Amino acid sequence: MRAFSRPFVFVGQSAIDFLEMIGGLGLLIMDTARQVRRALVAKRGRRLGWANLWAQMDRVGVRSIPIVSLVLFCIGSILALQMAPILETFGMVSSVADIISVAVFRELGPLVSAIVLTGFAGASIAAEIGTMVVSEEIEALHAHAIDPVRFLVVPRVLATTIMMICITIVGDLAGIIGGMTMSQLFLGVGFEQYRVRTFAILDLRDFVTGLVKAGVFGLLISSLACYLGLAVRGGAQGVGQATTKTVVLTIVALIAVDLMFTAAFYALGW
Amino acid sequence: MPDIAIQVQSVTKRFGTKTVLDGICLDVYRGETLVILGGSGSGKSTLLRLMIGNESVDGGKILIDGKNLAEMSEAELTAYRNSIGVLFQSGALFNSMTVADNVALPLREHTDLPESTIEIMVKIKLELVGLREHAHKMPAELSGGMKKRAGLARAIALDPKILFYDEPSAGLDPVTSAEIDQLILDLNNKLGVTSVVVTHEMDSAFRIADRMVLLDRGRFVASGTPDEMRSSTDPLVHQFVHGLAEGPLTDRRRAGGYETDLLGDG
Repeated sequence: MRAFSRPFVFVGQSAIDFLEMIGGLGLLIMDTARQVRRALVAKRGRRLGWANLWAQMDRVGVRSIPIVSLVLFCIGSILALQMAPILETFGMVSSVADIISVAVFRELGPLVSAIVLTGFAGASIAAEIGTMVVSEEIEALHAHAIDPVRFLVVPRVLATTIMMICITIVGDLAGIIGGMTMSQLFLGVGFEQYRVRTFAILDLRDFVTGLVKAGVFGLLISSLACYLGLAVRGGAQGVGQATTKTVVLTIVALIAVDLMFTAAFYALGW
Repeated sequence: MPDIAIQVQSVTKRFGTKTVLDGICLDVYRGETLVILGGSGSGKSTLLRLMIGNESVDGGKILIDGKNLAEMSEAELTAYRNSIGVLFQSGALFNSMTVADNVALPLREHTDLPESTIEIMVKIKLELVGLREHAHKMPAELSGGMKKRAGLARAIALDPKILFYDEPSAGLDPVTSAEIDQLILDLNNKLGVTSVVVTHEMDSAFRIADRMVLLDRGRFVASGTPDEMRSSTDPLVHQFVHGLAEGPLTDRRRAGGYETDLLGDG
């Protein structure tokens, strides 16, 4: 009997865990949103502290800029070299600029930046907050009447969301430069030609939809990391598990949300 | 009638199906040092967490100056928490801040004092626990005893009326442990604070307690002055207070269930 019911129990339990996580994450995001406004403007006991936000932005974003730039430069280059032979059969090598710019601005810029930031910021936020749970620091905050959501979650979510948008802009440019460099070196498409084609194909909508996605990705990365960090139980092992879980779940969630956005934009004709 | 600071009225707390506290009643009198004794897993730390409002009760109520903790508004709860100090087992210092910033945090968050005044107050608190020269160290650079003293300095930053200590001497050498005990006594005498100490270290407990209660399996089994506890004839109290290897506490662990555990329940 027990062996028979086991798969059902497993599926049921997984479903409960999943719904619990979605619910908890939703509540945390709502609580964060509620506190953001007053954290930015309010006086003592509520305030966020610009120094704190600045420190988080530095930690989350500034240090990941070189890596995001490098990764997107490579992706732009790869795309150029991959597309070239196919385009060549149609005699349309110069269209490589069109393809790369749309792919990078709408899709790869935000998504790849988000994945890099998941490793960079998500993992470290989850580990940091998880360690604070284990070392009773979160309890100490409660005992001092300091709300951990305001004190820890709000600055991290704000910083990650803002920096995710900034990093995506840098990453977009790096991707275009990658494609441009390869085109100049190997495909015989000059810088000037590439630039003209890029500007011709891109419109503001490509850029903005990419940045909207980037903002949502930033919110997703940081709130999931904070949520899983705060949910840590059971010592150092719990912190390790939370960190792994954060990276894996965030990447899955990013792709899922990306699909939803792309589908919505497609349906709306954006 | 003595002045009561905290009233715990038939409080029950469950985690899942396990009942950790089962109808606990306790009055904490103003100005006293109350020691809550109990073995590991007896529910004493849970009781402390309930009293500081970090956990909520499943039954019964906790009254602070006659007001139910569970029904307090956010502002009332903040006011209550600013009137208490808690020393956590590990010290619970914020690891990303210096010792001085740790002590300053409650002052910065809850008062409008200028930074120069906060600096002076931080120095006073650190001097009180003998850590003034370590103000600019990070918590990772401190020893276990120093972390606890720094945690204590932070707990008294807002001049609390009630101090809670969770295992203040756990994991410390005897001399450091005695030092912490002396600090607890000093704070009690000099500042007139009420102290609630959760511990299982009997030496420490006898040094600081005005009154003791013994918690076992979620219920109080004894209470009294240190002298009354020491001379108690109750076998369970006797075993715990004198730290004996034989007695009702250990018999219980051995009794029953062994055969079924070995052979299964069929």
